Amino acid sequence: MVFYIAGGDFSNAGKASSQIKKALKQLNVNAKSIKQIVVAVYEAEVNVAAHAWEGKVTALIGENDIQVIVSDRGPGIEDIQQAMQPGFSTASKEVREMGFGAGMGLSNIEKNTNEMNIESQVGEGTTLKFRCFYS
Amino acid sequence: MKISEILHLADARIIAGIADSNDDLHKAFSSDLMSDVLTLDEDNILLITGLSNLQLIRTAEMADINAVLLARGKQATPEMIELAEENGIILMETPYSIYKVSGILYSNGLKEVY
Ligand SMILES: Nc1ncnc2c1ncn2[C@@H]1O[C@H](COP(=O)(O)OP(=O)(O)OP(=O)(O)O)[C@@H](O)[C@H]1O
Ligand SMILES: [Mg+2]
Repeated sequence: MVFYIAGGDFSNAGKASSQIKKALKQLNVNAKSIKQIVVAVYEAEVNVAAHAWEGKVTALIGENDIQVIVSDRGPGIEDIQQAMQPGFSTASKEVREMGFGAGMGLSNIEKNTNEMNIESQVGEGTTLKFRCFYS
Repeated sequence: MKISEILHLADARIIAGIADSNDDLHKAFSSDLMSDVLTLDEDNILLITGLSNLQLIRTAEMADINAVLLARGKQATPEMIELAEENGIILMETPYSIYKVSGILYSNGLKEVY
């Protein structure tokens, strides 16, 4: 499954997680795993809308696991370790007013997934990959 | 706590979804910060908030939260109502502030998440 997200477009952020949730439900994946997976995808979608120019979500749904790749064109992340710290955020006032920008997203993705990897080129974009095994 | 009891105690009304007499909530969380709501391990809770936008409903959808109470007369948009209906989320509005409604529900037995 592939989904596109435009930077700044918060009303569409969530469409990928919503479709993935439906697909996982149909596969009878347990509710706890589904929640962990879709929370991680949603956090990643919101990050594209909040911080990047445009992005793409690709989900590979397997029998026992899901792999998700969220790649964007955007400003990139200069210091990934710093970005992972709970509380670190460069979110704009607009993003904060929408209920985001607490600097908790990346650490929450890490908490909810089994494997997570971020690669980023400043000025070009960011690719976030993660994998979850259904418990 | 039944949805009907929440409606009664908070002088609230339902604007999306249908209350099921089997719905029974044990805990609630009050926040305007969706970043924080997304970190909760608990599901099937009541979310009390002063935030009224589409991201609120999306957050509830992903976090398996089936009941949302908009405090202080915050109005839901048609898009919010549509998305809530689609996902079986009960959306309610109360004229009370977050502080007041949280206090009332808490003292009537609706527990905290933290
Ligand atoms: N896709 C991205 N492109 C560019 N920068 C990013 C991206 N994702 C995250 N960042 C940077 O990393 C920081 C931390 O991200 P994180 O998701 O943890 O928090 P946040 O998005 O600021 O707030 P929250 O997720 O709590 O709403 C961001 O503020 C931003 O500076
Ligand atoms: Mg984020």
